[in-house]
Amino acid sequence: MKTEDLKNSQEYKYGFTTDVENIRAPKGLNEDTIKFISNIKKEPNWMLEWRLKAFNRLKALKEPNWQKPKYPKINYQDLYYYSAPKSSSEKPTSLDEIDPKILETYKKLGIPLDEQKRLNGIAVDAVFDSVSVATTFKDELTKKGIIFCSISEAIQKHPDLVKKYLGSVIPLSDHYFATLNSAVFTDGSFVYIPPNTRCPMELSTYFRINASETGQFERTLIIADKGSYVSYLEGCTAPMRDENQLHAANVELVALDDAEIKYSTVQNWYPGDENGVGGIYNFVTKRGACRGKNSKISWTQVETGSAITWKYPSCILQGDNSVGEFYSIAITNNHQKADTGTKMIHLGKNTKSKIISKGISAGKADNMYRGLVEVKNKASNSRNYTQCDSLLMGNKCGAHTIPYIKNNNSTSTIEHEATTTKINEEQLYYCNQRGLDQEEAVSLIVNGFCKEVLQQLPMEFAVEAQKLVAISLEGSVG
Amino acid sequence: MLNIKNLEAKVDNKHILNGLNLDIKPGEVHAIMGPNGSGKSTLANILSGKNGYKTKGEIKFDGQNLSELSTEERAQKGIFLAFQYPLEIPGVNTNVFLRTSLNSIRKARGEKEIDTLSFLKLVKEKSSELGIDEKFLSRQLNVGFSGGEKKKNEILQMKILQPKLAILDETDSGLDIDALRIVADGVNSYKNKDNAFLIITHYQRLLDYIKPDFIHVLSKGKIVKTGNAELGIELEKTGYTNFI
Ligand SMILES: Nc1ncnc2c1ncn2[C@@H]1O[C@H](COP(=O)(O)OP(=O)(O)OP(=O)(O)O)[C@@H](O)[C@H]1O
Ligand SMILES: [Mg+2]
Repeated sequence: MKTEDLKNSQEYKYGFTTDVENIRAPKGLNEDTIKFISNIKKEPNWMLEWRLKAFNRLKALKEPNWQKPKYPKINYQDLYYYSAPKSSSEKPTSLDEIDPKILETYKKLGIPLDEQKRLNGIAVDAVFDSVSVATTFKDELTKKGIIFCSISEAIQKHPDLVKKYLGSVIPLSDHYFATLNSAVFTDGSFVYIPPNTRCPMELSTYFRINASETGQFERTLIIADKGSYVSYLEGCTAPMRDENQLHAANVELVALDDAEIKYSTVQNWYPGDENGVGGIYNFVTKRGACRGKNSKISWTQVETGSAITWKYPSCILQGDNSVGEFYSIAITNNHQKADTGTKMIHLGKNTKSKIISKGISAGKADNMYRGLVEVKNKASNSRNYTQCDSLLMGNKCGAHTIPYIKNNNSTSTIEHEATTTKINEEQLYYCNQRGLDQEEAVSLIVNGFCKEVLQQLPMEFAVEAQKLVAISLEGSVG
Repeated sequence: MLNIKNLEAKVDNKHILNGLNLDIKPGEVHAIMGPNGSGKSTLANILSGKNGYKTKGEIKFDGQNLSELSTEERAQKGIFLAFQYPLEIPGVNTNVFLRTSLNSIRKARGEKEIDTLSFLKLVKEKSSELGIDEKFLSRQLNVGFSGGEKKKNEILQMKILQPKLAILDETDSGLDIDALRIVADGVNSYKNKDNAFLIITHYQRLLDYIKPDFIHVLSKGKIVKTGNAELGIELEKTGYTNFI
């Protein structure tokens, strides 16, 4: 067992651990573990049955192996599936009840939870290992009928909504990791925006992995009812450890008629050290259904962390005139691997999708864009535009683009553009000649390369994301 | 200010500079003329610290050995190169670039970063002197700029960064008659007793506006003739054949 913190933590500033006493489920993936989770969360029986059904399906499934990044076999029986700070066994009802060590943790991460110092105009749900420890601005949101709470709380307090929508976008036995998540998911956020309501602030969840040998199985469900709008952002960090930790999340979005969901991710899980030891396996299923007419779902992701990132935030464009967007920056350095992209499934008429992907690869890293655009036969007059740009830094990294295109409707058009460039020595020289050092120059050029995606992020996070882009590439050019 | 002794340079075993000597004092304007491929841009690149050249000889700037300094350190100490072919940097706003650049230089000099208002005021003033529409400055750096616009943008950067030694590599090429005059005025108004210019050009017409103290003819990597402003007029008539 190697769970000590690694000391050379200059690059990854979120690599610390918080020393709190935990309640854990015994190791191992079995019915008892699932019952333990369901029980400790005081779930109604239907939820436990749902979980057990998923677990039964899981037995027949195999881990997918078509993806490019390979990883050593995961021993699912040697993992903890539930770990929560003891102090949170009853979810604190006020901040005074939260363990000060946890408050301190979030403060260090730049997410103050206390009343006076809260981020302006941003409501935060803080998930620490397997539980949500705090949700801010709840009262203000409740006044508008908006529900923003942990999924655990929603299961208890809003069972009708959860029953109706949970698993409606990602079916129970979709694939191995999604099904695993359905069986053992622990916490995540739940959002419901009532009809004709514009959510007055950014909603965000901050995921933190703290405990060792523990998988994090996040479950998030966002429903935007008719004519509503919400912008949601998630951030992620984890301590530096020389073990690999699994984060297998399921995120489901549902947009009804004329509704819009904007979902942004800044993923900065611990990427492993420069020799490729440790880091998070970020195996995530994210899917949104544009169920109503004129609905819109927009995914923006800035992926800089994790040893392996493997995710394809997707849009199912069911409603006529619905719109799906995917804006992505994936940065891989050292030994990181990313296989990421999106799926745009056009079902309704006049549906539109847009994909802008910027992959940046440095060190010995490997970066893959994999995306599917499928136009079904009833989706007349639909359009897709895809642009995939890759930037290589150095000679030892790789970039790949695999677009899958299926067009079954002759009135629809799919456009795909792709470029691969190396960071240009002449541009660097030009910047150096103007007084910028190598790191400033790289940061400037790379942020320029990513601009179309960075622009999509909510203002408050764009600046942070720019810095993160620069930090992730530090030391990558001679 | 600048002392070059016996400078030799090669790339991939090809000799480009072959024992070049040049001294520039504060307040002076030097012009370098010479046939295509004679090594003018190479000299400019070596002075500003571009990688990829093997050099011999000595270059001192304000008494300091230039080979000890990185490209950015030279820029921070006041060496500025207006590029013969300015680079395009997609996605980077021109204003942001200017400001980042100015702040890097200020930081190196131990000054504090310029605040937004002062910066905007400075840019407004300098760009209007050069007849540059402010809209340009919110465009991506040099992307889609015409040849002449790129050159003007280089001079704008010079006026904002305030270097001690400004090297202009064919800044006049590609400029229309009005722009040439504006750029020349820009140089003349910046010129003072503490700074110096090294102007690389093919054409006397620039030197009609900017009076050089010395004109050097560079051929095959060596200065083969040095004269005063008259030399330019003679070259215009006779070409280089008398000197090389
Ligand atoms: N990186 C390089 N590799 C090979 N040859 C080079 C390289 N850089 C310059 N040269 C050669 O060195 C010589 C001098 O080039 P340089 O660009 O300095 O000429 P110049 O005097 O500026 O010419 P022009 O008036 O056309 O701008 C040319 O023959 C050029 O081809
Ligand atoms: Mg030249």
